[in-house]
Amino acid sequence: MKFSALALLKQALSGEPWPEQWRSPEPKPAYDVVIVGAGGHGLATAYYLAKEHGLHNVAVIEKGWLGGGNTGRNTTIIRSNYLWEESQKLYEHAVKLWEGLSQELNYNVMYSPRGVMMLAHTEHDIQSAKRHIHANRLGGIDNEWLTPEEAQAFCPILNISRDIRYPILGAALQRRGGTARHDAVAWGYARGASALGVDIIQNCEVKGLRRAPSGAITGVETTKGFIGAKRVGVVAAGHTSVIMQMADVQMPLESYPLQALVSEPVKPVMPCVVMSNTIHAYMSQSDKGELVIGAGTDAYTSYSQTGGLHISAHTLDAICELFPVVRRMKMLRNWGGIVDVTPDRSPIIGKTPVEGLFVNCGWGTGGFKATPGSGHVFAWTLAKGEPHPINAPFSLDRFRTGRLIDEAAAAAVAH
Amino acid sequence: MLLIECPYCGPRPELEFRYGGEAHVARAADPATVDDEHWTAFLFWRGNPKGLHFERWRHASGCGRFFNCARDTVSDVIVKTYKAGEPKPDAARLMTGTTP
Amino acid sequence: MSDGFRIKGGRIDRAKPISFSFDGTVYRGYEGDTLASALLANGVHLMGRSFKYHRPRGVLAAGAEEPNALVTVTRGGGRSTPNLRATQVELYEGLQAESQNRFSSLGFDIGEINDLAGPLLGAGFYYKTFMQPKGAWAKLYEPLIRRAAGLGEAPRHPDPDHYANRFAHCDVLVAGGGPAGLAAALAAAQSGARVILADEQNEFGGSLLAETTATIDDQPAQDWVRATIAALNAMPHVTLLPRTTVFGYFQQNFLGLVERVTDHQAAPPSAVARERLWQVRAKEVVLATGAIERPLVFAGNDRPGVMLASAARIFCNRYGVLVGRRVILFTADDSAYAAALDLFRAGATIMAIADLRTNPTGPGVDAARAAKLPVMPGTVIIAAHGRLRADGVTLGAIGEDGAVRAAGDLPCDALLMAGGFTPTVHLFSQSRGKLTYDEARQMFIPGTSVQRERSAGGAKGTFALAAILAEGHAAGRDAAQKAGFTSEAHVAPQAKGDIPVAGGFVGAVPQPKGGVKGKAFVDFQNDVKATDIIAATQEGFRSIEHVKRYTTTGMATDQGKTSNMNALAIAADALDRPLPQVGLTTFRMPYTPVTFGSIAGHARGDLFDPVRQTPIHGWADEQGAAFENVGLWKRAWYFAKPGETMHEAVVRECMTVRRAAGLFDASTLGKIEVVGPDAAEFLNRLYTNPFSKLEVGRCRYGLMLNEAGFVMDDGVIGRLATDRFHVTMTTGGAPRVLAHMEDYLQTEFTDLKVWLTSTTEQWAVIAVQGPRARAIIAPLVEGIDLSAEAMPHMSVKTGTICGVETRLFRVSFTGELGFEINVPSDYGRAVWDAVWAEARKHDVCAYGTEAMHVLRAEKGYIIVGQDTDGTVTPADLGMEWAIGKSKPDFVGKRSLSRSDLVKPNRPQLVGLRTADPGFVPDMGAQIVPVANPAPGSSAQGFVSSSYDSAVLGRSIVMGLVAGGRARMAETVFITRLDGAAAPATIVEPIFYDPDGERLHG
Repeated sequence: MKFSALALLKQALSGEPWPEQWRSPEPKPAYDVVIVGAGGHGLATAYYLAKEHGLHNVAVIEKGWLGGGNTGRNTTIIRSNYLWEESQKLYEHAVKLWEGLSQELNYNVMYSPRGVMMLAHTEHDIQSAKRHIHANRLGGIDNEWLTPEEAQAFCPILNISRDIRYPILGAALQRRGGTARHDAVAWGYARGASALGVDIIQNCEVKGLRRAPSGAITGVETTKGFIGAKRVGVVAAGHTSVIMQMADVQMPLESYPLQALVSEPVKPVMPCVVMSNTIHAYMSQSDKGELVIGAGTDAYTSYSQTGGLHISAHTLDAICELFPVVRRMKMLRNWGGIVDVTPDRSPIIGKTPVEGLFVNCGWGTGGFKATPGSGHVFAWTLAKGEPHPINAPFSLDRFRTGRLIDEAAAAAVAH
Repeated sequence: MLLIECPYCGPRPELEFRYGGEAHVARAADPATVDDEHWTAFLFWRGNPKGLHFERWRHASGCGRFFNCARDTVSDVIVKTYKAGEPKPDAARLMTGTTP
Repeated sequence: MSDGFRIKGGRIDRAKPISFSFDGTVYRGYEGDTLASALLANGVHLMGRSFKYHRPRGVLAAGAEEPNALVTVTRGGGRSTPNLRATQVELYEGLQAESQNRFSSLGFDIGEINDLAGPLLGAGFYYKTFMQPKGAWAKLYEPLIRRAAGLGEAPRHPDPDHYANRFAHCDVLVAGGGPAGLAAALAAAQSGARVILADEQNEFGGSLLAETTATIDDQPAQDWVRATIAALNAMPHVTLLPRTTVFGYFQQNFLGLVERVTDHQAAPPSAVARERLWQVRAKEVVLATGAIERPLVFAGNDRPGVMLASAARIFCNRYGVLVGRRVILFTADDSAYAAALDLFRAGATIMAIADLRTNPTGPGVDAARAAKLPVMPGTVIIAAHGRLRADGVTLGAIGEDGAVRAAGDLPCDALLMAGGFTPTVHLFSQSRGKLTYDEARQMFIPGTSVQRERSAGGAKGTFALAAILAEGHAAGRDAAQKAGFTSEAHVAPQAKGDIPVAGGFVGAVPQPKGGVKGKAFVDFQNDVKATDIIAATQEGFRSIEHVKRYTTTGMATDQGKTSNMNALAIAADALDRPLPQVGLTTFRMPYTPVTFGSIAGHARGDLFDPVRQTPIHGWADEQGAAFENVGLWKRAWYFAKPGETMHEAVVRECMTVRRAAGLFDASTLGKIEVVGPDAAEFLNRLYTNPFSKLEVGRCRYGLMLNEAGFVMDDGVIGRLATDRFHVTMTTGGAPRVLAHMEDYLQTEFTDLKVWLTSTTEQWAVIAVQGPRARAIIAPLVEGIDLSAEAMPHMSVKTGTICGVETRLFRVSFTGELGFEINVPSDYGRAVWDAVWAEARKHDVCAYGTEAMHVLRAEKGYIIVGQDTDGTVTPADLGMEWAIGKSKPDFVGKRSLSRSDLVKPNRPQLVGLRTADPGFVPDMGAQIVPVANPAPGSSAQGFVSSSYDSAVLGRSIVMGLVAGGRARMAETVFITRLDGAAAPATIVEPIFYDPDGERLHG
């Protein structure tokens, strides 16, 4: 059933219940492709496998409930203003897909390009921001430099006083950056994939990866029994190491808690997304009115989905400095996700040493924005057995050769 | 905020420490003889276990010493801390006593 | 308006009347009132509007669980606080409160049109529409939705209040000061344990503050509360924290508490913090957080005047307020009868007590029957009527077949709901304890503990007062004992005469066949109806987490305190699965919302981050220097004379250094003293350069790599003795470098005998650079031969300057003859003053970091972090010369042979001579092969340093360019933000005095 205003009206008048948005089938004995992890990336992968590669015999298996991991726990920031060309192409591919995603999925994912502004607080920040702007413009990605006054005009509650500890010296603005509704992305892809024949199997935990004597993958052992597969794509975010361990594949990953929080809802006060990498904070406002605030990761690896109060406190210190009018507002909810972090802070999307086993992981703190693009290129990779040109540089092999895509180091501070 | 038992100073709040990643990842005595695979593993491959994790901490705002710590990454319960250089404790034995 | 609903009794202070205003109307209340109780006393039930449908709403509860009565309290000067629960706002003289989320007034809100459009606005409607045309969401629909959403207004001005923050330790922390908490605190304290007792309310006592019939140890319950508080107050090892919410339970018994210090005061002293965050490490914890009454889910259950029975009883007994004169109760729980009896005795007419249970029994029912109250077993409320205030109900009789049939209407002005109580297990769940489902009583109660805590009383599902007190007492004793305190033989308080909670109901109330017109709410604030939850399950949302997210139930500012169990039961019913299988959403901190300011505490302004200042900072400040932030340091950036621009100042400073000399405060430079018999070998392994053969008294440039082979720091290293080195590093890199060194020393190179000490703060560093440098310092230095022969470039000597011990380096970061005078920090300013006095005779100036950058760039000296970015190798910088070829190993060496690191065409450091000498590219500008590259083109590199060089009369540029060193004299283009890329020629990255004649002068 197609969603539309008219359908909404018909349903309201008739009182008929809506159909299920996705089927909840029992697993078949075997599939062409099994995707481990029904988060946004996994569901998008399944959707594009069916939609663009004609692979309908696909299952997505999920330990918990779909979209219940980092997809439903992040601060929904979307942008493509990355430094390195490889990253730019990947994230810009995603932004292009975001722009038409609601129509593509017939599901309002509420993509809202309200602008992402990244603040500069030091001379070094300015150099780094300018480098990004020049690199982005060359790459065909919008990014512009704002003076403090222009930054405040774009976000009126920003404190541009010169007297604070780290005054705002300017900002880089990507106007096409913004936010989307995280749950809707998972649900929209799930609905779309299910309609195309993909089986989404929730509450089904992977217990092992079965391999042929040749070493190639033959399927996955799960709490719902063995499920055969010609190819397996692991899209398990924070749990990637755990799954890959089942095939004796070591990964350059560490899983860290990442906390986020929201305020009580208020009337519109924050028109855009503001990020400060120097003092570790970012904030936007949801359509419901909650201020959505992100923190850095906790210091140590953990699968606990909780973190320390001091991490949130450090973030709120920064938020209150940047936006002093919010100091009286209140933290309503705080939660944690488990983010898988690579040594160069860039994802790994591609083949593994095991034949038939593919992996899409290592998105760290910034995977949400890539969801459509990540699923799109990973579907290509799974369908063709070879990486799409966009994800070719994001190979596991780069850690051996040293061809890192180091977005973090490029922002490093010294001198 | 974790409460961490520094083997030299006693229990201190997490704020005094710096996390140092997985423990017992030894650097080869002569790296020149190590092939690319093994060198990559040394540099980047990490166990990242869900469960007992042997990890390094440094009491940065205290005695400055590095030490090792066995922590359950599911509950964040610290099972044991011990001095750098001491042998890696037996995991199975440690986990039986996880609950505080 | 008169406070006509005020009755006798209660804990308010009638000697202290208070006038306050709500939406501009002035009312009277008393000290001890909350805003909610005072408004109810004035007959005002309508206090808010709901989130989606803008339904008129009254107060539902009397405490922290209140979903409806949210107000904004303003007290001037930026002190505006939205979304406060009227039930928790303590009244003070002159309090000004405003209602929220209404367009016009509470009585007339055009947003209420949404209520009529309800069928269109079911669960998740926004996912199904607003998609056409593309782009219209963000431009058209979203702005409208955003304006309609939100509750109160964010403050408009910076918050002038301040907040405090403290850490504390205790043996036993008791969360909650009701009967269980008081008994626990008393028992623990009597054992000698250090106790913190925290309660969110202004007074301790919890449910006992509204208790009328029970006695404890043969005295009225409220007298026992008073005596117990007095006893606790008298014990020095007990800390009583009223108005303090335990909001978070973290690892290892670490808890977050927030104390509201001044919000209840009419004129808070400005020196006192508004709120205080307590971060407590407790040996043992007692969770005595009580329980919260559930509403019943039926049509119109949200009408103003419909509230929880326990709330009505609290308003009656604690605040002396009658919530209505003609009262109907709808209950499934015996404790509601206590409310009926209390309201009856206070003068209300009890129109009916509709009891869901067909055969209710218990002390409450008995007492009600004895008082001849109209008890109606097997009766439901089918619907409540009235728009701005409930004015009647339709009753339904449950037949023997279980079917409900309409049984007539009754008028009322208040309708009290009693669906049983939900234990407040939030903190237990946050502690990661496992909840157990009590099938018989339909409640989740604490199961297996994970941390050192125990629950007692209502939080554990225990509701009879005697049992609560016994449990609290036992919990307190147990906690103290586990914390190491042996209890004396105190006995638990004994209670009788209460009407405990018994029974309850979860889910939607039975309805007549064919359903009922009207909305039956589960989550009041977010307007989630029973039908929304059922619809969500029909659409495939089967986990409670999905249902919650799709319908938004439990996601309002009350976080589902009154709604979660009903939502869960309705979902379980719709899915035909046992309730625990549908799952319980996780409880996350905070228990109730916590002010950002109290979490941030003192971390604002200069206290946001420590400020590091050099000993010479004051001098620079006196000279009018502009400062820049570098790490935590404030560094003098440039010294503009009156009327000078920054550029003019920097030109003058640079030219003065080249012509005569300049003084530069280099104290922020990172310094580590590396000492020990193996010090040279240690440096051999940590730096690319060899140090074994460095002579005492000489210096060497050191390049430090990380293990992946990339440059992480650099600096000058001077050898003071065979076993002692003075190692310098970048200002921002110092902590990282020390950690890196300690890491290798302690964990890898444990064979080496070396001791590392950070000396950054111990030495002030005065750089004197320029042709006159020697002449300037010579009169002040004793014991050191400054001649070029005795003290060549890259040497270090010890002696005295102005009588102060010094380590004098002959080094240069400018390309000029230069010295860096290290003196103990305490003498830094005095020596600087002396050098400055001498320097002035030579017509020199002080220069800042900007001039330093220009001067070093003219010489092609790199800055790590600016000309490197974490992906750069020594070879990329043309610094193969810095690598000790004969060394078997150093950190990073092995990685340098990885395939990508030896690839030709890597970005390499080069100079770039712009065709237009006046063109100073942006740092970070991209290097491209043509002037107008197509969008999406690849870069060949980027500009890392770019300045206007006064001495050369043109721009100087360095950058990393692919294969750059083999491309000398090639033309490339440098991007600009305001036009086509501009041409430049690749040259050697050294622009001034390439032969170094000046350096060695």
